[in-house]
Amino acid sequence: MLYREAGQYKTSYAADMAVFPIRQDRIGIAVMLAVAFVAIPLVASPFFLASIMIPFLIFTLATIGLNILTGYCGQLSLGTGAFMGVGAYACYKLTSIFPETNILVWILASGIFSAAIGVVFGLPSLRIKGFYLAVATLAAQFFLEWAFIRIPWLYNYNASGAIEVSTRTAFGVVLTGPTAGTVERYFAVLAIVVLMTWVASNLLRGWVGRSFMMIRDMDIAAELIGVRPLRTKLLAFAVSSFYCGVAGAMMVFFWLGAAEPSAFSINLSFQILFMVILGGLGSLIGSYMGAAFIWILPVLIRMVPEALGLPIEAATVEHINFVIIGALIIFILIVEPHGLARMWQIIKQKLRVWPFPY
Amino acid sequence: MTSTRTALAGMAIAAVAFTGLATPAAQAQDGELFIPLLTYRTGPFAGSGIPIANGMADYLTMLNERDGGIGGVKIRIEECETGYNTQKGVECYESTKANDPLIYNPYSTGITLQLIPKASVDNIPVLSMAYGLSAAADGNLFPWVFNPPDTYWDGASAIIKYIAEQEGGDLSNLDGKKIGYIFLDAGYGREPIPLLEQFAKDYGFTLTQYPVPADQMQNQSSQWLNVRRDRPDYMIMWGWGAMNPTAVKEAAKIRYPMDKFIGVWWSGGEDDARPAGDGGKGFKTLNFNGVGQDFPVIQDILTHVVEPGKSQVSETARVGENLYNRGVMNSFLMAEAIRTAQEMTGKKVIDAADMRAGMENLNITEERLKEAGMEGFMAPLKLTCADHSGENDVYVQQWNGETWEKVSDWFSPMKDVVRPMLVKAAEEYVASNQPWPERSEPCAQ
Repeated sequence: MLYREAGQYKTSYAADMAVFPIRQDRIGIAVMLAVAFVAIPLVASPFFLASIMIPFLIFTLATIGLNILTGYCGQLSLGTGAFMGVGAYACYKLTSIFPETNILVWILASGIFSAAIGVVFGLPSLRIKGFYLAVATLAAQFFLEWAFIRIPWLYNYNASGAIEVSTRTAFGVVLTGPTAGTVERYFAVLAIVVLMTWVASNLLRGWVGRSFMMIRDMDIAAELIGVRPLRTKLLAFAVSSFYCGVAGAMMVFFWLGAAEPSAFSINLSFQILFMVILGGLGSLIGSYMGAAFIWILPVLIRMVPEALGLPIEAATVEHINFVIIGALIIFILIVEPHGLARMWQIIKQKLRVWPFPY
Repeated sequence: MTSTRTALAGMAIAAVAFTGLATPAAQAQDGELFIPLLTYRTGPFAGSGIPIANGMADYLTMLNERDGGIGGVKIRIEECETGYNTQKGVECYESTKANDPLIYNPYSTGITLQLIPKASVDNIPVLSMAYGLSAAADGNLFPWVFNPPDTYWDGASAIIKYIAEQEGGDLSNLDGKKIGYIFLDAGYGREPIPLLEQFAKDYGFTLTQYPVPADQMQNQSSQWLNVRRDRPDYMIMWGWGAMNPTAVKEAAKIRYPMDKFIGVWWSGGEDDARPAGDGGKGFKTLNFNGVGQDFPVIQDILTHVVEPGKSQVSETARVGENLYNRGVMNSFLMAEAIRTAQEMTGKKVIDAADMRAGMENLNITEERLKEAGMEGFMAPLKLTCADHSGENDVYVQQWNGETWEKVSDWFSPMKDVVRPMLVKAAEEYVASNQPWPERSEPCAQ
């Protein structure tokens, strides 16, 4: 009833090829942006911004990064955590060498370092696929984690071996370090994530994304059509690692404020991979949904007993949390193996033909 | 116009939903002292985390039950589960920050490192009792961070001093010796390395390092294979959680002489030594708190908390274990700081700034310990504006197969060596974290 495209006529090719061809979708996205940019900063508490929204957006960006590689190009990777680490350490080194420069510049530039490392570890992808490639990227994970621990230059010879973020500014506003306001950090993260999502959506609709999907669907056929597998796969690794690198830099600079090498362990790689799988392979909106499910839901569940005034111990809540999240993941994947994005698509499809869904 | 209405409706619903989320779930009530406890009863470090969490909670509950709180004001404690995970630790900090907490105990070096810069901005003290950043002992640069009774560097120097004692008493006897250092390869285990390397240079012993990655804690066979090859005269351990029992078991397996294997105070849980069976006999660790139930304070906890079933301990026998008592001592320090702050300000309900002053003026004398039923439980402790650690006395305990036995007198770490290094490290930390806020808090006495 509300979600129906009757009466909306497409009169140009551009209108037909639009990202959001239906008016309701365009309004929906405008509302979401308005909520994200206006409503949330106005009403949300610092806790909601700092512990829910900022990490959620950062994880979303990392999920988009991995989704480009795994969902769109079909290359399974377990090195996401390490690539995020490369971004974080690159940004840390850059900003300690050039402290005066706008921190946003270094956040984005750190993605380039991550992309370069990603390309190197993507080289085996020409010869190996699937699980075998996953093992090769696992090597990246272990090697880079080792490097974060064993190369003291990376953490400026700090006795504790951790990287600590000092106060840095962008356009005269303090964005990192302990004195940075939550709202400012939120806006920085939000702006970068929205911008990079927009870039990704355009990139994936163009020839780049199409060549990724050709490689994913059948690499031999793609090669026959004229897609060069090595270049395409390495490009996918580069773009994916760029996104992960920026996410990693933001994770340390805008969220945690300090990080030990263990922050970029294999667990982080798995966490991002779960977000991709649960959200839906090859979907940008799915990346948001997956990140929201894995990050926000446990935080909310943790708040429930307290809000209801139930005297449950913190540790018990944590155990219950594991059980609920685990059960929900299994349930969702049984009901819809293609993830939350596919579920969302089905709902939209049914709404379009409502009240006579088929 | 349907779409506009939809948009408006959507916006309204979203706004309502977010306002609901945005309101903090629980507000601090007036006339309460709120202490959040960042604990971990889950995850790979739960084995060490549970007794500490129990000890901390039980002592504060005992004060509420026995004395009706501190100075007549009830203490409200709230546990937040971190799982020793820094991300969750920061989340716990953010979620409890709004409820006017008096102090934080992160119980993880990783979380402490994250909270140190935040503490001085949010003006909430951090008590990292004998862990965290050693350099934070410099109160002039870190007014909001406290790490009594000792820093890791004090611990490392105390172990070296003890080894020298075993070798005849003089530090020059260490010349030509080989000392192995097995540690958790994280901020925690790496913290003492600069000091140990300095000592190796100064006293002429060889230091061999055996890092244990956090995800390989339960598989240390390769490290101990190297130990067997290198045959160090002494082994020092900086372990935590599942790493400790594994190390003790492996050491027993390669028949390493256990009385030459010395751990820091965090490697001294009963559950760290017990799983090795008879092989664990002779294992030594540093300690700075009493073990066992033979203290009036522990008896009070048994009467007022454990017997009425207000404790989370699994069995009464576990009360009085080493890490449990460490949790008690941690809470005792907080309680004494509250008491001090109440005396200083004349207020009953203090805030975080008063708490900071209370911590800074902490002076626990022999008489006070006796009064609190803790005679011999810990060494007297005094903090000052400049010294937030105190470099207090420690002792060495040994596992006899059943329980820990005190095998040395209380002795002091090498203050003369450690203190200049602490000051230097604090300056380096501040230099690399510019701009660092100047200390603006007056030194109230």
